Amino acid sequence: MYDAVLFLSKVMIPAVLAFIPLYAAFRNVPVYESFIEGAKEGFPTAIQIIPHLVGMMVAVSIFRETGALDFYLGLCRPLFSWIHFPEEILPLALLRPITGTGALAFAESIFHTEGPDSFLGRMASTMQGSTDTTLYVLTVYFGAVGVRRSLYAAKVGLLADLTGVLASWFIVCWVFGI
Amino acid sequence: MVNYIWLFMILSGVIAGIVQGEMNVVTQAALKGAKEGVAVCIGLISVLVFWLGMMRIAQDAGLLKKLASVLHPVARFLFPNIPRDHPAMGYILSNMSANLFGLGNAATPMGLKAMEELQKLNPDKKTATPAMCTLLALNTSSLTLIPTTIIGIRMEYGSVNPTEIIGTTIFATCCSTVMAILLDRWFRRREASKKRI
Repeated sequence: MYDAVLFLSKVMIPAVLAFIPLYAAFRNVPVYESFIEGAKEGFPTAIQIIPHLVGMMVAVSIFRETGALDFYLGLCRPLFSWIHFPEEILPLALLRPITGTGALAFAESIFHTEGPDSFLGRMASTMQGSTDTTLYVLTVYFGAVGVRRSLYAAKVGLLADLTGVLASWFIVCWVFGI
Repeated sequence: MVNYIWLFMILSGVIAGIVQGEMNVVTQAALKGAKEGVAVCIGLISVLVFWLGMMRIAQDAGLLKKLASVLHPVARFLFPNIPRDHPAMGYILSNMSANLFGLGNAATPMGLKAMEELQKLNPDKKTATPAMCTLLALNTSSLTLIPTTIIGIRMEYGSVNPTEIIGTTIFATCCSTVMAILLDRWFRRREASKKRI
């Protein structure tokens, strides 16, 4: 079953790449010209995002590199050890919504010290797959169209991340045992 | 809220710098962050140009409309305010399918295209619409069937069974997505009732 799923993920992009132009050609669409027309929009969109992403990355970078993040991690620790949440994985839970590369690097450090098939390794993997870099997604999506007031989107994203973290913890304990 | 998060991160970083007496760390971190931001955008250019080109072919061939009409019940439930034949729907659904199959870098261009179409329906261009928030909720909770990145990394670190976490990931990601949809509904209602008062 898993092998089938993995195979699907491998052939998905080539299949899409072949199917779209072929189908379009049957519909008499000038495929190459269409491609160029659409592709033209890519560059301005990327440029449009730069100020938003720079603004966010600067804040994240200052927050992390000065040790402010570690300070808040320390503050959260008692709360999480109170509910018996594995302490070693706490930084990943807090890093995940803020910085994708930071979270990935932390997950890799767990794989390195504990091994990917350890309890912590499995939990890190599950958390990594079930949550997303909320702040990055918000910045890029709203930045691309110039929306400034994001209403409740940030709250929803962060609470969904928290749910993902707790659900990962629960399911990994349940399936693999502690 | 994003305003507060931003201010909070910068201020606590600067204070941490002052407390440790290492102000140059703050400066370096700021410049490093700026560089990283630009680098990520430059990296996005190739992905955006390529996928937006492909998406245009799909649109011209009427594929997006087809996708939208096949998945109409899902769309109706999640995005009740978007007109049935609006192009935004096709992009939203292709964004969701890309996420589902773990094609992360294809999902972003489709999502941005969807945002662009939603922005056309937006009466107040500076403020997000409920439909935009729903799209964001779906993307931040990352509903995925195959966590491709993490499986790759697990292989690299010599995992005996790199795919064993697919099941647990699907469970956790379903929880977070259901939560995101419920919260989105709840906040949307609250926002709507605020406006009426």
